Amino acid sequence: MASVKKEMQSLSKEKMVEILEKMLTIRYFEEASIKAYQQKKIAGFLHTYIGQEAVGVGTLSHKLPQDSVVTTYRCHGLALTLGLDPKSGMAELFGKVTGCARGKGGSMHFFSKPHNFLGGHGIVGGQFGIGIGAAFKSNYDEDNAVSFIFFGDGATVQGTLHETMNLAALWDLPAIFICEDNQYGMGTANARAIANTDIASKAEAYGMKGHTLNGMDLNEVHSRMGEIVKEVRATRRPVLIHMKTYRYTGHSVSDAGLYRSKEEVDSYKLKDPTLAVAREMIENKMITEDELKALQKRIKATIQEAVDFAEESPEPPLEELTQHVFMDDVGNA
Amino acid sequence: MPVIEMREALNQALKEEMTRDEKVFILGEEVAEYNGAYKVTKGLLDHFGPKRVIDTPISESGFTGLAVGAAMMGLRPVVEFMSFNFSLVAIDQIISNAAKMYYMSGGLYNIPMVMRGPNGAGPRVSSQHSHNMESVFAHFPGLHVMAPSTPRDAKGMLKAAIRCNDPVVFLENELAYNLKEEVPEGDFIIPIGKGDIKREGTDVTIIAWSRMMSLAKTAAEELAKDGINVELLDPRTLKPLDMDLIAQSVKKTNRVVVVEEGHFFSSLGAQVAESVYTNLFDYLDSPIARVYQSENPMPYAANLEAATLPSVDKIIKAVRQVTYKA
Ligand SMILES: Cc1ncc(C[n+]2csc(CCOP(=O)(O)OP(=O)(O)O)c2C)c(N)n1
Ligand SMILES: [Mg+2]
Repeated sequence: MASVKKEMQSLSKEKMVEILEKMLTIRYFEEASIKAYQQKKIAGFLHTYIGQEAVGVGTLSHKLPQDSVVTTYRCHGLALTLGLDPKSGMAELFGKVTGCARGKGGSMHFFSKPHNFLGGHGIVGGQFGIGIGAAFKSNYDEDNAVSFIFFGDGATVQGTLHETMNLAALWDLPAIFICEDNQYGMGTANARAIANTDIASKAEAYGMKGHTLNGMDLNEVHSRMGEIVKEVRATRRPVLIHMKTYRYTGHSVSDAGLYRSKEEVDSYKLKDPTLAVAREMIENKMITEDELKALQKRIKATIQEAVDFAEESPEPPLEELTQHVFMDDVGNA
Repeated sequence: MPVIEMREALNQALKEEMTRDEKVFILGEEVAEYNGAYKVTKGLLDHFGPKRVIDTPISESGFTGLAVGAAMMGLRPVVEFMSFNFSLVAIDQIISNAAKMYYMSGGLYNIPMVMRGPNGAGPRVSSQHSHNMESVFAHFPGLHVMAPSTPRDAKGMLKAAIRCNDPVVFLENELAYNLKEEVPEGDFIIPIGKGDIKREGTDVTIIAWSRMMSLAKTAAEELAKDGINVELLDPRTLKPLDMDLIAQSVKKTNRVVVVEEGHFFSSLGAQVAESVYTNLFDYLDSPIARVYQSENPMPYAANLEAATLPSVDKIIKAVRQVTYKA
């Protein structure tokens, strides 16, 4: 594990600035979305990624263009990490036609074709099949892509995880199952829902490797996922990763958080992955205080532009209502 | 033209489409080494190999989900359900994923995928193996639903389904796999959304699909002896319905009997009747009669099973009712 500590030193300054920029983009995007929700510009469910940034950014740093990614409704962070324009993300939240799903998907259903981002999905455990399907396609076409499948701790007790781990292991599908364990499924602490909370150990049942990582530590996620992704790409064997992380905000914006203490939340805020990266970068002289401030200012401005863009964008025209139900026009539908 | 069974017609469609397009593959339980539970996929493994003809474990949700993901990435999966009873285990994948994906992604990800297998009552298989699923799938926008009644239709329709860029639920019937008919060799397509007049008549239109069309044919022959001239209309695609064809027929006969194997309530037959009432009310000379499965789970006992299902006698009675020729 000594290599983990050195991870940051081993990365170029440019790479680290890029990582920090992504983490801050997620943070500010989500903060802006909560504000817009409170102003009633966004409605429905809004699940933010605040606190979990190191998992997505550290993992997807190793994604190649041919790889695919699928996740839950908590999907904004991963989409932004992949390079989704914050404008089209924010416009989606505002229900505007300029959104990444033309305002038809909303907060839970971000998609991005250029990044093979196969969506945010609203049914807990519903996205596993899609993820292994993408891995299957990679073997079918004999390219060397891998498939990143993100899910919450709550989904580890859905049957679909077990069906798809079995299929992936049986058929040598290059699927990377990544459990973002933020310790709760809505208000239910894991110990009240999961008989065996050692999630990585479930891999063994399917003859897969399982790993437990500190998802609050960008260095650890980045370095370990680098090795793991490389291995999956080469061996085509699926793997299960247990990322221990924490969400700072409620399950969704409507969550009052009565099931956990302020002390608990605060203790995790001390380990804030975004602040930790910034701090370490300063210590390692990869960025100066002034440069950091300038970076933060620039990202905040980008997010504000995204909010303005979303606000000014038109709603989907009514003709859109029945468009995209089907691709083919078979008449009399 | 060779006379072949329905199962062979379906097999030809699969083989021709897999030959035409390398992105087409089939997966399901027992489709490869066992040659298919009902032999629809017979010989495909030998011909195309295990990469494209894939035996799955008994994981309907897992492999249907896999097919959705593969379709999003550009492949064209054909999922075989050993029977549509088992599609219920995968229904979240079919409805929340396959049906909704194109729309909720704002047109980014279409799902070119066929889900096929036998639907409806098998012989004496009781409550859990006799579901009619058409009304369930037809309810949700994003799915096309097709149900052939003859071998020729089965071939042309399955080829259209495989070429479709959207998800298609393709309902076959166990008791119809051995129906025989002349089926053209080679390529021909029966487009999605196009019904067919299976028998021309003047007095009453029977709208029926899948195995119910066979019963309706027998009923029509019986009724002809009494001078009642039945027109048989097979919508073939259940959604979207061929309302143009239905309108042509109803304007001619002015009387309608809707026959379905499924239950009475919230059903596709109810929808067909509603569409006729709404669009063609002025052309009707009598209320529509419906023939359907009674409102109980399928019993095992032979007499109770027969009493549950639609029959030739029930169809004849319904026709006499709408033609006022008791
Ligand atoms: C099948 C299903 N059941 C219930 C829900 C309602 N629900 C949405 S999120 C959630 C909690 C999921 O927790 P977890 O998997 O840990 O993900 P997290 O929200 O913590 O990221 C529940 C119960 C759902 N969306 N889908
Ligand atoms: Mg959770």
